[in-house]
Amino acid sequence: MPILEVNDLHVEFIVDKKKIRPLERVSLEMNSGEVLGMVGETGSGKSLTAHAIMGLTSLVGGEIGGSVTFEGKDLLVLSEKEMQSIRGSQIAFIPQNPMTSLDPVYRVGDQIVEGLCKQVKIGKQQAKQQVIDLMGKLRIPKAKQVFQQYPHQLSGGLKQRIVIAMGLCAHPKILIADEPTTALDVTVQAQIMLLFKEMTMARNISLFLITHDLGVIAQVCDKVAVMYAGNMVEFGRIGEVFSSPRHPYTKALLQCIPRIGMEKGSLAAISGNVPSVDTYPSGCRYHPRCSRADSLCKKTIPTLLKIEGDSRVACHHYLDNKD
Amino acid sequence: MVENNVNVYKRKPPWVVILKRFLANKMGVVGTVLIVCLVIVALFAPLLEPYSYKEQNIEISNEPPSLSHIMGTDDFGRDLLSRTIRGARISFVVGVLSVLISVVIGVVIGSIAGFYGGMIDLVLTTIADLTWSMPAILIALLLVAIIGAGLESVVIAIGLSYWAQYARLVRGQILSLKSAVFIEATKSLGASDFVILFKHLLPNSLSPVIVAATIGIGNAIVLEATLGFLGMGAQPPTPSWGAMMSNGTAYLFISPWMIIFPGLAMMITVLGFNLFGDALIDIMDVKNKESI
Repeated sequence: MPILEVNDLHVEFIVDKKKIRPLERVSLEMNSGEVLGMVGETGSGKSLTAHAIMGLTSLVGGEIGGSVTFEGKDLLVLSEKEMQSIRGSQIAFIPQNPMTSLDPVYRVGDQIVEGLCKQVKIGKQQAKQQVIDLMGKLRIPKAKQVFQQYPHQLSGGLKQRIVIAMGLCAHPKILIADEPTTALDVTVQAQIMLLFKEMTMARNISLFLITHDLGVIAQVCDKVAVMYAGNMVEFGRIGEVFSSPRHPYTKALLQCIPRIGMEKGSLAAISGNVPSVDTYPSGCRYHPRCSRADSLCKKTIPTLLKIEGDSRVACHHYLDNKD
Repeated sequence: MVENNVNVYKRKPPWVVILKRFLANKMGVVGTVLIVCLVIVALFAPLLEPYSYKEQNIEISNEPPSLSHIMGTDDFGRDLLSRTIRGARISFVVGVLSVLISVVIGVVIGSIAGFYGGMIDLVLTTIADLTWSMPAILIALLLVAIIGAGLESVVIAIGLSYWAQYARLVRGQILSLKSAVFIEATKSLGASDFVILFKHLLPNSLSPVIVAATIGIGNAIVLEATLGFLGMGAQPPTPSWGAMMSNGTAYLFISPWMIIFPGLAMMITVLGFNLFGDALIDIMDVKNKESI
């Protein structure tokens, strides 16, 4: 049984008395110990998916529909109190920007201890020791000194590690990381990703990784979900998706990655722009930019079809491979 | 190597940095000296007074400043220096206590309004706006009229007149901090509303409140003097600066020193708190200064 199963998730907001759905038709499953990557451009609904799973969306009159099943429980129907006991100890979340994810008025060590003590009943001293050990495992040099410092005294890479430690400290079963390396230098990015992979594998934590870097996905993920304009367009095992993408958007995305040895000036780009929430086209949201689009795509919204095992694709023409 | 891209600060102790930053603001230092003087005078009033503040001697009434009575005497022949010194005590106590009351009420109401929003916010903000739209002196007068004149009622009245400004300040801070990423991070670790509000939101929103409170002490001292001037403050023979000045108006052309000296004392005190408050703004604004 998958540890996390998301079924036909949608999020609806009411803006100026009009309903908008920045997220629709998202379905995925992840098994224990798996690393799932979610890619998509800015505004495609990646972060919103993570927030919806964690119950962190602040809705004013909107609604979240579908189901998010974690170990047999539907998280969407749980009360705020019940969610509080799940957050951190069962499912932890690492927000997008490490620079602002730490409370500026507390020492970083105390912030990790706070997360730990909230979930596990242990003494202050013991918690402190555990946190320092964990910081050491995350290769934070001079962990004891860093424990005593305030967020503004640390570099970006260190802050990111502290935030990872906060996510890991209570031994969650799933860790959702929202673009954990975007704010970092490329050299540090690789280190952090490796750390992530190591720590989650050692603790048998399932990692839900949100990124817009296909390279990261290729390196560490088992499964990948591709998002476009608030829809999930393709989902499947990493090997399958990368070697034979079914959705034209995935295909175009993969072609956009520059390769060493490529001719200069031959960088591919997808023509057109990502539509914003209020200008979503009818039918398939990708059709204005798609080379395969026909009248069917303009009129009918493609369903997210389950094909061969875990793979899913939302395209009317996924079978023809003409381009 | 991991060690190389990480800098563990060799840092100066925080107080050294704070002191350095504070000394850079000359006016702030002046303010601090004034406040320290006031505190010393208020604390050791009985030791500093050359005469008793309530001893009357009609034979020497309305005497101009001289060597034996540096600030002169009032209409009952009481030594004005002694009374001004004793008045510092009243002003300081009233100023600090009443601001404390305002801050506690304001912080609680403001944080609840900002954190919960919706109807609660609307109701609390409306009450705060209503209080704020009335002149503080009117509210204070009304309250003193209800609970009766005297020092305690003055403290309570001033406290209840000024809370709205702190409530608004805290509410604004909480509103903007509520959506900060670190609050989301705390929430995602399973923290309850209580922990988020009191452990994370409040400490982060206090620095403007501390600044406002410092300047507020000055305001409270003026309001106390106003109430004293109107006869609603501390009752005679307790020497409140306001009451002393009020008393002096009757002798404005005979013995102007009765108004001048308590007035000067009050001006210097309020100036001290304002300068100190302005300097605090610079210290607390961590964003554009060398960090602590």
